[in-house]
Amino acid sequence: MPKQDVPSSIAQTFTVTKFELLNYFRSRRFIIMLGIGVIIGALLTLLVGYYRPSSFTTSSIDFYSSWWGTAAAYIVILSSIFFGGDAISGEFQNKTGYFTVGNPIRRSSIYTGKWLAAFIASFMIIVVFVAMTVLNNFYYFGPNMPYQFVESFLFTVLYLISVLGLTFFFSSLFKSSSIAILTTVVLMLFAFSLIQNLVNALVHIEPWFLITYGAGIIGNILTVPYPLHTSITRFGHVAITSYAVTVPEGVAILAIYFIVTAVLGLVLFERKEFN
Amino acid sequence: MQQSIEAVKLTKSYGSFIALSDLNLKLEGAKCIGFLGPNGAGKTTTLKLFTDMIRPSEGHALVGGIDVHSNKKEALSSCAALIETPEIYPSLTPVEALSMIAEIRGVPSEERGKRIEDSLSEVKMLEWKDKKVGRFSKGMKQRVNIASVLISDPSIIMLDEPTTGLDPRGMSEVREIVKSLKRRNRLIFMSSHLLNEVTDVCDEVAMIDHGKLLAYDTISNIILKFSKNGSNIIEVGFSRAVDDSIIAEIGKLGNVKGTSKIDETNLRVEISGDIKAQEDLLYELASMKIGVISFKPSTSALESSYLNMIKETL
Repeated sequence: MPKQDVPSSIAQTFTVTKFELLNYFRSRRFIIMLGIGVIIGALLTLLVGYYRPSSFTTSSIDFYSSWWGTAAAYIVILSSIFFGGDAISGEFQNKTGYFTVGNPIRRSSIYTGKWLAAFIASFMIIVVFVAMTVLNNFYYFGPNMPYQFVESFLFTVLYLISVLGLTFFFSSLFKSSSIAILTTVVLMLFAFSLIQNLVNALVHIEPWFLITYGAGIIGNILTVPYPLHTSITRFGHVAITSYAVTVPEGVAILAIYFIVTAVLGLVLFERKEFN
Repeated sequence: MQQSIEAVKLTKSYGSFIALSDLNLKLEGAKCIGFLGPNGAGKTTTLKLFTDMIRPSEGHALVGGIDVHSNKKEALSSCAALIETPEIYPSLTPVEALSMIAEIRGVPSEERGKRIEDSLSEVKMLEWKDKKVGRFSKGMKQRVNIASVLISDPSIIMLDEPTTGLDPRGMSEVREIVKSLKRRNRLIFMSSHLLNEVTDVCDEVAMIDHGKLLAYDTISNIILKFSKNGSNIIEVGFSRAVDDSIIAEIGKLGNVKGTSKIDETNLRVEISGDIKAQEDLLYELASMKIGVISFKPSTSALESSYLNMIKETL
């Protein structure tokens, strides 16, 4: 009777990544997300070129702070939602899981393989946006790249890893792709920011438990000098305390978010049944 | 690895609803076993337990003697399954989808291309091999799914209503594929609603209802055991029209309780006795040199037994 040696789980993970990426590149979603990245970059290019706002044109570091510090987090969130929002829930809802799960492969290999594919696809979008950013900076300030931009880029990659962990967690939590995507969109684009503002204004504590607060290091590192951890703004008798996440704090928040959500997401996927 | 599928006290419940209750069933050797039961009987639940798509509440699902839930990779290394109607990534072509499965299952890279071509050829999808699966009809997708089962040439195959979504020609082709797998000494466990399909391709049947196994035996013994009068009905096919004198001669053979014509070349023969009685009848018919070309348990007899059995569990 034929007996085949099943490849290692790592090899199977890369197989899943390869074909998931192939599926992404062939599908409209990659083209659409690439288009969104290019449109954001093109709009910024046109607006900065036409209006020449001082916040962009004073120095190279200010340019990166205004351009990259503002847009990078949104590109990360959108890419994660596009590539990770239904990555796991779709396996149940669209029944694509029935094609792979019944084979001699661990679910963790499928989960990790799909996560890697979503990371690579999102990273490619970010690289395109980085290229547009660097080219614009080159046009205004020449071949001068402050080291803080490299740091900010690395923090962006960490944020991408963290947001994808969270996106995959929600994708594992819900069998419905639309609910998984909607939950991620609402949390990442609205709810976390709202909570952060409310916590700052009403409770006066540092929102260290929010991933979006941790992502503050992407923009903060491009501010020279680095913003004060705590600052108080007074409006008459009212004092508002605002917090700027420090680099170690931000890295820790993003890393913990990734570790916790990745483990929980994987456990959920391992336990979820194909009913 | 042994060629076996075994359920040991296999139970699956969802709250108070018991989908599968204490199933004990051992299938081994090279043969095809039909898995029969009405909707909601527990057929798909059983097959999902054997592929770790769901977890057992109690008991064990063993493939090749290995617990699927605790060691899925090894248990399913020589087993391929088609559960329900899987969807394939719509942007992939059949060649790419099958390449993915071949890589996952460890088909040697130098053999992959030929295996893919052969599998697609077997399910008559070769001319569509480079088209995106997303544009395929349900039947075409199911053919690719069947090809994905064949790609690794497994020794154990589990099929959950494999002809779902196929047109009559497709159904017939799938039956031929299953028969050819049988000839290659595979163990096939196939759930189906279609009794003619089961009668045509299976050697044995396991019947299930309300999550409980009702019977597991050869088709003839099932018919014998659960027919109302303890008789067995055989459909005999002839190469030429059968006249009344031949029918009368057959009626005089031992164990024959009655005969009735299905059409000009097919006769329904009711016999008493078990598999030995069938063997004797076949021998006697062949000796008569009256142009017998086929001999198989009657679908209607299986249907009748099936209905009797299901009625008993209501």
